[in-house]
Amino acid sequence: MTATLDAIESAALRSDRFRLEREADWKRLEAIVTRMEKGRIRGISDEDLPALPGLYRTVASSLSIARETSLDAATLAYLEALVQRAWFVVYGPRTSLWEWFRGFLGGGWSAAVRAIWVDILIAFAVMVAGTAVGWLLVSHDPEWYFALVPKQFGDARVPGASAEALKATIFGNSGQNGMSVFAAQLFSNNAQVSILAFALGFAFGVPSLLLLVHNMAVLGAMLWLYNGAGLTTDFAGWIAVHGTTEIFAILLAGAAGLHIGRSLAFPGRRPVLQATAQAGRRAALVMAGVVLMLVVAALLEGFARQLVDETAGRFAIGGSMLLIWLGYFFAFRGNDGHAASRDTPR
Amino acid sequence: MTAMPTRLRRSSRDRVLVTPEGIALPVTVASRGARAGALMLDLVFIFLLILGSTMALFSIAGGASAFMREVESDTAAGHVLQFIFIVWIVILFLFRNAYFLFFELGPRGATPGKRLAGIRIAARDGGRLSAEMVIARNLLRDVELFLPLVFLASAGVESGAAWLAATGWFLIFMLFPMFNRDGLRAGDIIAGSWVLERPRQKLEAAMSVARGAQTAVAAPHRKYHFDDAELAVYGEYELQALERVLRGKRDQSIESVYQTIAAKIGRNDGWNDERRFLEAYYTQLRARLEAGMRMGRRKADKFSDEG
Repeated sequence: MTATLDAIESAALRSDRFRLEREADWKRLEAIVTRMEKGRIRGISDEDLPALPGLYRTVASSLSIARETSLDAATLAYLEALVQRAWFVVYGPRTSLWEWFRGFLGGGWSAAVRAIWVDILIAFAVMVAGTAVGWLLVSHDPEWYFALVPKQFGDARVPGASAEALKATIFGNSGQNGMSVFAAQLFSNNAQVSILAFALGFAFGVPSLLLLVHNMAVLGAMLWLYNGAGLTTDFAGWIAVHGTTEIFAILLAGAAGLHIGRSLAFPGRRPVLQATAQAGRRAALVMAGVVLMLVVAALLEGFARQLVDETAGRFAIGGSMLLIWLGYFFAFRGNDGHAASRDTPR
Repeated sequence: MTAMPTRLRRSSRDRVLVTPEGIALPVTVASRGARAGALMLDLVFIFLLILGSTMALFSIAGGASAFMREVESDTAAGHVLQFIFIVWIVILFLFRNAYFLFFELGPRGATPGKRLAGIRIAARDGGRLSAEMVIARNLLRDVELFLPLVFLASAGVESGAAWLAATGWFLIFMLFPMFNRDGLRAGDIIAGSWVLERPRQKLEAAMSVARGAQTAVAAPHRKYHFDDAELAVYGEYELQALERVLRGKRDQSIESVYQTIAAKIGRNDGWNDERRFLEAYYTQLRARLEAGMRMGRRKADKFSDEG
């Protein structure tokens, strides 16, 4: 300490005295930041961690002063780098995953869904149109069925199949084994499809919409097939169990992609990059929820559909799921997403 | 990185970022090479993780051939295997989608590959890097990288159109960072993030203090004093060039810089004592320029007037 004092006294320049007087703070901040960069947060003492924001501001103001008063290039370079490193730490991702998740469920997600309602309406219209297109194409020429529905070996679901064969595909699978594996695969598959629908929004949203049309056209074609065998209601029930959740999730994914595409194409008064980034973050929240919905859908499809082997029960499950989702998104206000960014006080 | 001060190392990748406190910070956008290298490393890590967990699960399941037979059967062993198979599907999904999320949401804001490459992600507006940003930029990675790769692999060379489409898709996103100033990939644009170099800068000893003290002890007999006219010759640019020379250990450059300065100000009393002569000149020039700064006068280099 006395050595430092001596050095301060013997320093010829005012800027050097400034530096020597504050060097201890700089070194302390550097030590904390270095330890945090190495991921050893627990190694930081109890006094140091709360001191970090204060030290950061102290050193940042040292930098401002040094820029005005000092020509010591080495000190300036050091301070610039140190403030930048501390900035990374102080403004880095601070919420724990769990805390973020709580804020997300407690209103952040439903608020994000409400925020993109225009896109949801557009995506919904597109999906209805896609279903109609699928139906019309196949009813016009059954050959279209093979173009739309991916061929699976030994699949009974082909045009011209008997009503019994079709009925067998939607009832009586309760004894089937390996359903849980099936559910996991479905989830993985559907999650990838919805991530695609979201990410393709980048190309002004057009591919997202095409993907929605294609997916729903498959549904329309199958609907036509079962309708021909007089099984419309039974097929609808079979789909409804998980479909109200899964199709809703895909709708949200497509809407999220569209939301990004729209803000890219029509940023309004904001700069394009800023508008896109805002839309992207909102859409990312929606997407995190979509993945969650797909987990639920896969469980429903893998288990509930097999266990409940009659149409009324299937409608009851699918219908109540739909009510739950609608209620959560549009009736539940929660904390309106403020918990997701609780570290910035209101 | 060299010891050269940041302000003298201006490259085309240098930007200024304004923190919420209003401090302008010079930052350096990560080079495309460093980012490509980091991505390669991460892909290798992901591949090794998938390989490792698959082999571990297989060894638990007792071999691949027995595996598929048992899954079909309805025995207790079959159920265990089913469970392992589910775990495997979930692990694959997580490695593909959550690897980047997990590491970039951590306090270091970088995947292992990025850390090895010395880069990290940050919010472009200078504010907090939020969870939504990290999620958004990584969801898009799927469409930029994994999907076209899977598509490429499944299309095969025989279907020319599909192969071309997949290659084009892949290239558009891979080359995307080449066509904007800050090297943003599509995911960065969506998220409002960018990738920066991680700064490393040691605090070097104060020039005019540590060495000055040494000099005073070793050779108290020689003192150099420069008058105002001798100091008025140079500006801040020359001062920092002189600082670099003095911090460097090369006596040859000291010698030649001494010759230049001595000739310019018309003195030759520093003969055989060049370093101390230059240190004294440095200290007094800096004192003069800093005094001017406090009065609001700055002299950028030897060509500019004080004003």
